[in-house]
Amino acid sequence: MVFLVIIPGIPAALGNFALPMMLGAKDVAYPKLNRFSYHLWLTGALFFVIALLTKGLDTGWTFYAPYSTSHSDSAVIWATMGAFILGFSSIFTGLNMLVTVHKMRPDGMTWFRMPLFIWAIYATAVIQILATPVIGIALLMLTIERALGVGIFDPALGGDPVLFEHIFWFYSHPAVYVMVLPAMGVVSELISNFSRKPIFGYRSIAFSSVAIAIFSFIVWGHHMFVSGQSDIVNVVFSALTFSVAVPSAIKVFNWVATLYKGSISLDTPMWYALAVIWLFGIGGLTGLWLGTLGTDIHLHDTYFVVAHFHFVMVGSAIFAFIGGIFYWWPKMFGVMYNECVAKLGCFLAFAGFNITFLPQFVAGSKGMPRRYFDYAPEFASYNYWSSIGAMVLGVGLSIALYSLVRSLMGERKVAPANPWGAVTLDWQCTSPPPPHNFDHAPPVEGPYDHELVRWKESLNGYEPVDPVDGDPNLARMGSAKTV
Amino acid sequence: MTTASADAHGHHGDHGHDHPEHLAHHFDTLEQQFDSCKLGMWAFLLTEVLFFSGLFVAYATLRANNPEIFSLAASFLDTKWGAINTVVLLISSFTAAMSVRNAQLGETSKLKANLIITLLCAGAFMGIKYVEYSHKWHAGLLPPGLENSMFNPENPWVPEAAHHDIDYLKLQAEVNVMTPEERVHTMTTLGRFFGVYFFLTGLHGVHVLIGIGVITWVLFRANRGEFGPDNFTAVDLTALYWHLVDLVWIFLFPLLYLIA
Amino acid sequence: MTAQAHDSHDDHHGLGHVLPVKMLAGVLGALLFLTLVTVITGSTYLYGFDLAIAMVIATTKATLVCAIFMHLRWDKGFHTFAFIGSVLFVGVFLAYTLTDTKQYQGDIRAYSIDETANSAFAAPLQDPIPHAHDGDDHSGEEAVDH
Ligand SMILES: [Cu+2]
Repeated sequence: MVFLVIIPGIPAALGNFALPMMLGAKDVAYPKLNRFSYHLWLTGALFFVIALLTKGLDTGWTFYAPYSTSHSDSAVIWATMGAFILGFSSIFTGLNMLVTVHKMRPDGMTWFRMPLFIWAIYATAVIQILATPVIGIALLMLTIERALGVGIFDPALGGDPVLFEHIFWFYSHPAVYVMVLPAMGVVSELISNFSRKPIFGYRSIAFSSVAIAIFSFIVWGHHMFVSGQSDIVNVVFSALTFSVAVPSAIKVFNWVATLYKGSISLDTPMWYALAVIWLFGIGGLTGLWLGTLGTDIHLHDTYFVVAHFHFVMVGSAIFAFIGGIFYWWPKMFGVMYNECVAKLGCFLAFAGFNITFLPQFVAGSKGMPRRYFDYAPEFASYNYWSSIGAMVLGVGLSIALYSLVRSLMGERKVAPANPWGAVTLDWQCTSPPPPHNFDHAPPVEGPYDHELVRWKESLNGYEPVDPVDGDPNLARMGSAKTV
Repeated sequence: MTTASADAHGHHGDHGHDHPEHLAHHFDTLEQQFDSCKLGMWAFLLTEVLFFSGLFVAYATLRANNPEIFSLAASFLDTKWGAINTVVLLISSFTAAMSVRNAQLGETSKLKANLIITLLCAGAFMGIKYVEYSHKWHAGLLPPGLENSMFNPENPWVPEAAHHDIDYLKLQAEVNVMTPEERVHTMTTLGRFFGVYFFLTGLHGVHVLIGIGVITWVLFRANRGEFGPDNFTAVDLTALYWHLVDLVWIFLFPLLYLIA
Repeated sequence: MTAQAHDSHDDHHGLGHVLPVKMLAGVLGALLFLTLVTVITGSTYLYGFDLAIAMVIATTKATLVCAIFMHLRWDKGFHTFAFIGSVLFVGVFLAYTLTDTKQYQGDIRAYSIDETANSAFAAPLQDPIPHAHDGDDHSGEEAVDH
């Protein structure tokens, strides 16, 4: 899930599609590298499948030494090599995005006219370039250690198992932001566009993305509070961890401020965005409990951590990913899906998710440990509700998938160029876009100036208002759009 | 990496009218294309720096905690070969920088000469590495998991009394006076040192081999007369990569060979 | 087609900066000289400053390579910024890990002593195996009693 879905999900899948369009560029800077990175992803996935089909993998995604190097008999090397290859796939995506943002901006697209999704992807690219190679070397060292018995990490040979955790988490904490930063970017787009209001605090959201990227490199030790790490380092890491909460909170407050007095249209993508605010709120705040030294020692390795992690990684990253898919679906395939079915899927998934993971916070704080196949009888009711929630979640996601697949089959409902009234450049080309995105270079204005488009009944979508002759009042009619 | 980014300006002869020959069609100007490739290469070099950093961290922690054992370990490495390799690599870095100049000025024959010298240096570097590695292979100075390693904790390899046992006798003299506990610690730490040594130099060697491949490819293109003032990106990026390989060695040499 | 393509402007070129041969050769000379210095200082005892001196020399060499061979001095400032930034991150990585690692070395040592009590290294290293006949492999036995 982590290496194969969440990490490439938004940056590679949505980023490669939407970023050049939003930027007003013809293409990403390295189209061939892009395809190469996709092939690497496929190869890495194949390695994981081989690992599953041969001996399985019992180390978890963290591959902690010395279990993974000296004791486990599962297919560790297949999995680490798979993750190594996936890491390079991720690096090349990040590199491509970074260069695209720097060099492919057309005239008029200044840094502060870029949509916030691009800022988020840019910050993600920085992390991908600087952090991902470290997981590469960590996994390579682990592989060599396992193959040649070097003993760098094996304490039986005098090696240092905590060193592995340091090297691993130097990547894997920033990796959390590789997963969640692009999600925040998607939410920023959705909230502004469906509130038909300029995003509140544009610059602070943009800078908070970059701040998160930088802070993410200096807090990795909060995963290691009970590893035997020294006390002084524990205290420093705990304190720094709180600093990451600041830029994250800046985003959430700005989203809420954007909603305030907006003229909100509750289309499917917007429901996902609202779900993310709720889920990320819970996931983010519970993260503070885990960043606090005292409470972490109580909560470490319990279901509390599982619930927290899922609220952030699935609740925020995956929900935003799905919301992004629903948002850009008309642009990708030129068809509209059935709103009712799509919304039903969203509601069920949201409800199912909460029913699954909220009880786990309680179970975890009462001491139910993670990574055991069984649980003590007093945890039965929590697990019961989690199971029910998981089924509802499954049904909800299936319905969401059905609504998307259904839109491509049978009688298609053709999508207009701009069904949502968004002002970013990706909605100024046709749906689906022509090979080089724009037949004529689009004029670049601010990304969230909603007075630049107006609803047009005959198009069943929005059209640009000529900023000179257009009647600005017409743009406000967007709110009258019926869903 | 180099290949893909340099490929970005393949031939699109029959495309747009006002498009220069070497310009891929998603770029507007040659300058934009060149800047993009260069930025991409630098971003790739950053990943390389961080990629090696994990090993340097492993090296640093090992060394910080066992300084004396590390200087004992370094005394098994031959400073002479390390120094010669440093010189060889520095010269190749110089010729790589020269080849960029040649490409920029369109001096094709000088360009080819400089690329060939770079390749020869790279080959010499790998040759010397081979000499060093094979010496250690025969002397049993290997990561502990290997069967013929004298640091193998289960069944340490003992040489036959012949040419390659000088290192062994030296080690024996050092550790046999220790208490058993100290000896175990020293031997396992030495094993880890050689693990890290082979890993660091091996990974660096792999980078040299990749460099040889890329430089050869550039040489073929130079031979076809492809490079000139408007089109020297491939040479420039390859040289950047080669300088990074040199940079890593600049740090590896004192850290591994000069700590005794 | 390329042979006669250039003329006067050696210094400022359309796409990149062309370095004079003298400068490149000068840098090579400096690098070789510093290598010699580091070999000499590396083989003398310098009162605990060996590592620091070796690293200062290596960093100087690296700076020369980056600034001149890699054109950073004439290149976009962003490349320098990014490169130095990445080195700073490596510094953070090293600093944290090194601060931390000393504390639990004792634990590792104790554990590893337990685990390796039966290791072959608990006994002294054997003498090299003679060619024709069996060696006396108890020669170092007394050493254990120290
Ligand atoms: Cu973390």
